[in-house]
Amino acid sequence: MSHELNLVYFSWVKERIGREQESLNCPEDVETVGQLLEYLQGKDTAYQFVFADVTKLRFALDHDFVGPDASIGRAKELAVFPPVTGG
Amino acid sequence: MISITVQESDFDSGLEIKRLATRGGGAMSSFIGQVRGDGKLVVLELEHYPAMTEKALRKIAVQASNQWNLHGITIVHRVGRLKVGEQIVLVCTCSDHRQAAIEACSYIMDQLKTVAPFWKKEILQNGTENWVEERQSDLEAAKSWRD
Repeated sequence: MSHELNLVYFSWVKERIGREQESLNCPEDVETVGQLLEYLQGKDTAYQFVFADVTKLRFALDHDFVGPDASIGRAKELAVFPPVTGG
Repeated sequence: MISITVQESDFDSGLEIKRLATRGGGAMSSFIGQVRGDGKLVVLELEHYPAMTEKALRKIAVQASNQWNLHGITIVHRVGRLKVGEQIVLVCTCSDHRQAAIEACSYIMDQLKTVAPFWKKEILQNGTENWVEERQSDLEAAKSWRD
């Protein structure tokens, strides 16, 4: 069953996509974070450019870091951002 | 006791250290990070992921508490627009002995650099804006605690 997923972006990912967040109806056949990025890349050229190299991106599902192979499950929020640079 | 604060305004490091000192113990260690004034930097803009930041910082502090015998940990991290010389972050640890306090403080900073959701953007004199990239040395420092 598809479900609503909130996508949030930070740093240059946010600037290049041109949005801070958006709500998405996550398709049934999308299981992992990586698969969702592929699905989005097929929808819009902005995603194609930003999601082209997953090694430059980091992900958090419901506020916990995950890798691109992580299962989305029933998560409510996926964050996509570059490696962190605080401190 | 773990105290985590994320704020735009400046902090009083002396006050924070004194407050933690009331927890007892014979050793306090602290680190203050500030905006480096090298190059042509005018402003450092710090963005964060509000819904995740405190959770990520608390997780680091709990990990430190599990590894060292601590009476308390204080972490203060600023966000927003910061000028050269301004304070960015304070980490303070309190323990019975200096080695635990110093090591835990160092551990927290190393982890913070790699798993706390903050991003820095440099704004230079000529108006150029650059997102700061992760440093290999920071990744190695964070990893070294696990080896």
